[in-house]
Amino acid sequence: MFSNIGLINFLLLYSGGEKGSLLDVNPGLIFWTIVTFLILLFILKRTAWKPILEALKEREENIRISLEKAEQARKEAEEILEKNRKNIAEAEEQVKKIINEGREYASKLRNEIISKANEEAQKMIDSAKQEIETKKQEALFELKEIVADLSIQAAEKILEESLDKEKHKKLVEKLIKNLPKG
Amino acid sequence: MSEFVNTVQDSIHTGDSSSGSWIIEHIVDSNVLDFEPFGVIHLPSFHFNLFGYSIHLEITKHVIFLWLAAIIVASLLIYTARSYKKSLVPKGIANLIEMIIQFLRDEIVAPTIGEKYVNSFLPFLGTVFFFILTCNLLGLLPYGATATSNISVTASLALLSFFMIQFAGMKKNGVIGYFKGLIPHGVPFFLLPIMFVVEILGLFTKPFALMIRLFANMTAGHVVILALIGLIFILKTPFISPVSIMFALFIYLLELLVALIQAYIFTMLSSLFIGMAIHQEH
Repeated sequence: MFSNIGLINFLLLYSGGEKGSLLDVNPGLIFWTIVTFLILLFILKRTAWKPILEALKEREENIRISLEKAEQARKEAEEILEKNRKNIAEAEEQVKKIINEGREYASKLRNEIISKANEEAQKMIDSAKQEIETKKQEALFELKEIVADLSIQAAEKILEESLDKEKHKKLVEKLIKNLPKG
Repeated sequence: MSEFVNTVQDSIHTGDSSSGSWIIEHIVDSNVLDFEPFGVIHLPSFHFNLFGYSIHLEITKHVIFLWLAAIIVASLLIYTARSYKKSLVPKGIANLIEMIIQFLRDEIVAPTIGEKYVNSFLPFLGTVFFFILTCNLLGLLPYGATATSNISVTASLALLSFFMIQFAGMKKNGVIGYFKGLIPHGVPFFLLPIMFVVEILGLFTKPFALMIRLFANMTAGHVVILALIGLIFILKTPFISPVSIMFALFIYLLELLVALIQAYIFTMLSSLFIGMAIHQEH
């Protein structure tokens, strides 16, 4: 028993160097270090490590969930955007179709109106021509009567006055001048 | 810094300026808190007998700095934990702490031990990381002492890490299964006893390496800084001081980096060893 204690004493006192050297092992200091560390560990395990590690876990979980949600939201937004794009494209196509139809209809209508107008104008021209023709015929008829009358009057005058060549010519010219044109 | 000048001048007056013992005196543990020129605080010490073996429970300088580190770590982490009650998104210093915790979780514990073991091992490894880092950084303050440059402190931390590794392995694989699993598959029968001894030794060398690595790294930087400053007094000329101070400043900045790296390495390797104890098939 005594030899044992002596051995422990020896080991503890002379394991390092002599007192005051760098390698001097001080059992008291070993005791205090272990006690200090264990008390520190005990206190921190309860008061610090548990809440810190839990908070870290919780926050990481929060971040993970937030990221997942953000990703989902992004996907949804993309889908909506895609849909909107499709809708816009469709609407544009429809608008184009409507405009084209409108244009076609408009040009058709215009052509119709123009052709109708042309026809009417032609008709008016035709009727005007016809009227002119009839008026002309009437005028000619009247003129013929006037000419006949005049020629009868002229003949009467000639017969009353003696006829010379000079007078005859003048008479004829006068007659011709008096004839209505056309 | 004046504390240091006094020490150096004292050793010069006593005539052992070249022995370098003042460097060691500055680094090792002591029973006084030295606040020269404002005075010193003498620390109490207890003795009691346990099974006929007297135990000295001195409150030394390094114990004070361990407690200071523990208080700083506890307040920072509890503050961070409280800040989550206000909002899930932390601000300021809580944000920094959270970033480190996230790094520990995602870059150290999760890849080496496994995603599902994070909650059971991160409290231990995270506390180790913050505790060591704070101890390392406290040593860089004026009047500060680096508790992690004391081999007793690193030995205790390595011991805790050792128990954590064995506990983790035994809990997962069972006590017998754990020792069986130490020997890799496909080893010839006659090699089994040798392999077993080698693997058992390996269990102890891992934390031993942790202990030595942290101790040596935290001591070395301080020794170099002190030696560079001491150069002024050894050469007894002020003209060397710009060079000394430039180099010392450079080493100091390096020390800042080393403080972080050593805390990281201790945590990383502990985590790796725990992972190896749990997943023995690899």
